[in-house]
Amino acid sequence: MNEIAEGIVQAVQLIVSLDEEVIEITARSLLISLSATLIASLIAIPIGGFIHFKEFGGKRGLITIIQTLYALPTVLAGLLVFLFLSRSGPFGFLGLMFTPTGMIIGQTVLIIPLMVGMTLIALSGVSRTKQDTVISLGATGLQTVTTLVKEARFAILGGIILGFGRAISEVGAAMIIGGNIRGYTRVLTTAIALETSMGNLSLSLALGIILLAIAMVVTGFLFLVQER
Amino acid sequence: MIEFDHVVMKFGEKEVLKEVSFSIKDGEIFTFIGPSGSGKTTILRLIDILERPTAGKILIDGTDVTTLRDREKIQVRRRMSMVFQKPSPLRGSVYSNVAIGLHFRKIDHQEIEDRVHEALDLVGLKGYEGRKATTLSGGEMQRVAIARAIATKPDILLLDEPTANLDPVSTEKIESLIGALKERFGITVVLSTHDMVQGQRLADRIAVVIDGRIGQIGSSKEIFYHPMNRAVAHMAGVENIFEGIIAANEAGLADIDVNGTVIVAASHSSPGTPVTVFMRPEDITFYTKDSIRSSARNMFTGRIIKVVPIGPMVRMKVDAGVKLTAVITQRSFEELGLELGKETELTFKASAIHVVERTE
Repeated sequence: MNEIAEGIVQAVQLIVSLDEEVIEITARSLLISLSATLIASLIAIPIGGFIHFKEFGGKRGLITIIQTLYALPTVLAGLLVFLFLSRSGPFGFLGLMFTPTGMIIGQTVLIIPLMVGMTLIALSGVSRTKQDTVISLGATGLQTVTTLVKEARFAILGGIILGFGRAISEVGAAMIIGGNIRGYTRVLTTAIALETSMGNLSLSLALGIILLAIAMVVTGFLFLVQER
Repeated sequence: MIEFDHVVMKFGEKEVLKEVSFSIKDGEIFTFIGPSGSGKTTILRLIDILERPTAGKILIDGTDVTTLRDREKIQVRRRMSMVFQKPSPLRGSVYSNVAIGLHFRKIDHQEIEDRVHEALDLVGLKGYEGRKATTLSGGEMQRVAIARAIATKPDILLLDEPTANLDPVSTEKIESLIGALKERFGITVVLSTHDMVQGQRLADRIAVVIDGRIGQIGSSKEIFYHPMNRAVAHMAGVENIFEGIIAANEAGLADIDVNGTVIVAASHSSPGTPVTVFMRPEDITFYTKDSIRSSARNMFTGRIIKVVPIGPMVRMKVDAGVKLTAVITQRSFEELGLELGKETELTFKASAIHVVERTE
């Protein structure tokens, strides 16, 4: 009990004193997960739009697969990307294993299904009449999609924030692809895993508090957006 | 000119339109009237190329739009605008809502501004530009939807039950606006409604749609007084519909036997022909025995078996051999001393009866 209290006190000290390593790890986590979220948005929203507006065979099945992948285990996403990026893999020549870029790719792969799914849900929340209204006003296919994505923008933003939350909190892909190299690929989650196993509880707790704070800011923002 | 040529529309197993054919002339107000679910909305959606028919041709100014590619469809669709029964305002201001069709057409900003102001002025919402579209009342939203539709200066305006969810004041505003649009811009207006009286107020021509078929096309007068069949008559508020047989015919004046009661009506059908007779409830008049006799040929004595007040009018069922439905003013009802269960004299002119030969 005493150990926990002590750990919390030390953790607060580390945060308040702006400990160099804590700041560095936090900044890297944010950079990697925000980049992954941005890239995933650019891929997932158009894909979601395409799936929603186009009729094609196997659409229902594809949506089921996407929904299954919401729960894609993070270590599995890490393993898949590992297979592609490792020395012997098809993209091994790019030398992206154990780099922040590799981690961004891993997290992007991880959250794309979730964000495609959230885009689909957001777009299906736009009424059929609204879609017909836009088409009847003379919109081209692309104008229809962009107008309706704009209509659903708050719901889609909710999906983006969920994706970010999943990216920053995952540890499997970050560990497998990044390798938790100190000062290079170490992020909040991998650092917590390592420091805890080394018995360095106060640092783990400090990083944990920061991770929780980020989650709080994110959900708070989501709440604000949906209240509008 | 809009032409439907044997258009069939199926949604899965359900046949919504059954071989529908008609043509709408440029510059007319053409109204589809029918009960909910009769296929009116589907016809409007087909004109706007939002659906592809299962069979048949749809020609707009001679071009068959059912075979067009996407790009060409958009070109044709940009000559039309459709207002849906449920107005769906997009997020943002009234201005951006009205401007959106013009943005799609990549019209330059100055002109968009002019046209948006003009359209809002026309629907009586001048000064609403900055308001949030989603905060407006139902009637205002529908007028914004109309402004949005006319800002693009369409040749054809499609209105799907535009007043179905509105209060009488908003309805009146929108009806007078529709009339004004035709007057000022000569655009073709295609309207759907389930309100026969609205159809009469607005339309040059009416098509009665019943169960996926066109029952009759004609002026409101033709539909109201010369319905072609029972279903159309029912839709047009012709409540007295009887089946009978021509008993005798003398120079176009026929005696029709309706279950033993003889009704005299104008008809050229020969004796023995089975017919259906139609009569509007307003065409029956009542009198008291001692008042001056009417010149009408059909005079009956009947017992009042049902009385239902409807606003300033009274609807009655009278058993005079045949059961007749009549509508008279509350004032006449009182002056004649009519009441439930009482016997009364009634009459209607031979010319008030519309006779159609039965084919079935």
